[in-house]
Amino acid sequence: MKSLSFLRRLAVYAAGLSAVLLLTACERPFQDSVQHGYRGTGMVQVYNPRLLAVKTEANQAPVALPAVSGEGPKAGEAYKNVKVLGDLSVAQFNRLMVSMTAWVSPNDGGCVYCHNPANFADDEKYTKVVARRMLQMTQAINSEWKPHVAETGVTCYTCHRGQPVPSEIWFKANHQPYGSNFMGDKAGQNEPARVVNLSSLPNDPFTPFLLGDLNIRVNGPTALPSGNRQSTKQAEWTYGLMSHMSESLGVNCTYCHNSRSFQSWENSPPQRATAWHGIRMARGLNTGYMEPLTDTFPQHRKGELGDVAKINCGTCHQGAYKPLNGASMLKDYPELAAPSSKAAQVAGN
Amino acid sequence: MADYLNLFTTVQASGPVHHGEALGPGNSPRTGQPGISWLLGKLGNAQIGPIYLGGLGLASLVCGLIAFNIIGMNMLASVNYDPIQFVRQLFWLALEPPPPEYGLSLPPLNQGGWFLICGMFLSASVLLWWVRIYRRAIQLGMGTHVAWAFAAALWLFFVLGFFRPILMGSWGEAVPYGIFPHLDWTAALSIRYGNLFYNPFHALSIVFLYGSVLLFAMHGATILAVTRFGGEREIEQIVDRGTASERAGLFWRWTMGFNASMESIHRWAWWFAVLCPITGGIGILLTGTVVDNWYLWAIKHGVAPAYPNVFPPVIDPALSLGVKP
Repeated sequence: MKSLSFLRRLAVYAAGLSAVLLLTACERPFQDSVQHGYRGTGMVQVYNPRLLAVKTEANQAPVALPAVSGEGPKAGEAYKNVKVLGDLSVAQFNRLMVSMTAWVSPNDGGCVYCHNPANFADDEKYTKVVARRMLQMTQAINSEWKPHVAETGVTCYTCHRGQPVPSEIWFKANHQPYGSNFMGDKAGQNEPARVVNLSSLPNDPFTPFLLGDLNIRVNGPTALPSGNRQSTKQAEWTYGLMSHMSESLGVNCTYCHNSRSFQSWENSPPQRATAWHGIRMARGLNTGYMEPLTDTFPQHRKGELGDVAKINCGTCHQGAYKPLNGASMLKDYPELAAPSSKAAQVAGN
Repeated sequence: MADYLNLFTTVQASGPVHHGEALGPGNSPRTGQPGISWLLGKLGNAQIGPIYLGGLGLASLVCGLIAFNIIGMNMLASVNYDPIQFVRQLFWLALEPPPPEYGLSLPPLNQGGWFLICGMFLSASVLLWWVRIYRRAIQLGMGTHVAWAFAAALWLFFVLGFFRPILMGSWGEAVPYGIFPHLDWTAALSIRYGNLFYNPFHALSIVFLYGSVLLFAMHGATILAVTRFGGEREIEQIVDRGTASERAGLFWRWTMGFNASMESIHRWAWWFAVLCPITGGIGILLTGTVVDNWYLWAIKHGVAPAYPNVFPPVIDPALSLGVKP
């Protein structure tokens, strides 16, 4: 009987140890479950309150500088080479410049991160040229992409968060097979990539969907086959993109999708339409603003394939379903809401 | 007196090792000198070996090892032959089927060619193993129930990797060989074909899967509970019903009004088990070939209920005018 109880104890210890080992990858309980749809249909959002607290803290908007008068000489008259913000008063212009420094390069030299200290009007530094284009991009987002950003809008800080390069950016994956060309092709997937939440899904869903405009929708429109030739493999690419969106926004699939049919718009939460515009927005910004800057950026800012840093959902959202927890910094910086008519002319030239 | 209330077998019969029945002409000799293992005796029979390998077993093992090595070498190559990364990323690595554009044609080796070669050897391996199981059963004068149960599993295996890809006209529809990759494939298949939850054969398969688990638990528990009356000697109890069998039957009649017999419970378990892959295989075979979108199919046939709208109506933005494409 002695050996029996020993064996039994051994079994209990072994079971306990394997349970602990298996659970190390899990988040500890308890999670909050929030209903987001009709009862009994699995339409819930699961939040880990501890991780949510960290995310909420990390997504606080900074305090805006006090508003200044729009009276007095215009920046375009007082300074040389002002192409985008010339309509602002000198005070407004300087307030925005100081804010931008705090948003983008607080620890990287301040003004001289972009400006030649001997001549602030000089376009010698690439950072200044990029910053000017990014100002135009911000104005374009806030005026042309309201279906996605609504009146909340974005500022430089939405993405930059005090860093010259936003933390969430992407480059084209270098999908050469490792090793030889004889075997071992990964087909663009099958590695623990953070982009797809450590799944083995295709880990660069951005090149086809947020740069190119390949078809994201894989479902057929009819019950029986009627010519939809999308493959299961293509569904994996869509799944990869959706995993990235879920991860970037800190939400489950059912934040946007109906649990019964991911395809059906009828019972989808309205957030799905916002996200639809978001995909188009990221694509439009990547092709319209980021890619044309490829030659402006120095080599060390580019990816393995020499491509420029690009935007995905995480660039703004950074884990929050509304960037900066939904706080609108734009209302304190109305000059970023739309291109001024005069500046638009200059940009048009 | 020993009882059977424990996780492990507490009573181990020991005696002269048994070489098994003499085999007729056309059989190979058995391999290995049988021995006794006390630890393995805790879990099953204490006698280990001898093994009957034979020509079929050998051929099956060779084919299976070739397939195993093709998968392993492709995985190893995909981490640049780094053994540490091979171990760290093992669950993520895979041998992928060809891209869909190759259809049913032969792709280059590194674009699914290895996958097809591997599939050929793996298929040969499991089919040879099936014949081996069948022939061993015949040689022992047994029924061929085990072989047919294995055939049910092979049905699902060949639907996934052979019949359905051919019907779909693309090897790319086959399942990748990899731990996480095949799970992601499973989810992607459901997403692509409009939610397999609404596939009735998928539902049946789950019924038989969970049903098998339930039956196994009920049967195992019942027999363990009456072993103190000799209930583990099930075959004797079928022929000569003793108090163990009577009590086991009485227990279930008391608790749910009906009981399987000492013999029929094994038919229940066998049918539940084989129907799981058989119905599942039918469900997969229909997916994409006969039904393209299971949710819409379920709506069409009144299977999926309608739920009240709790959100303001959402219109597909792709259909509205004036949006950016």
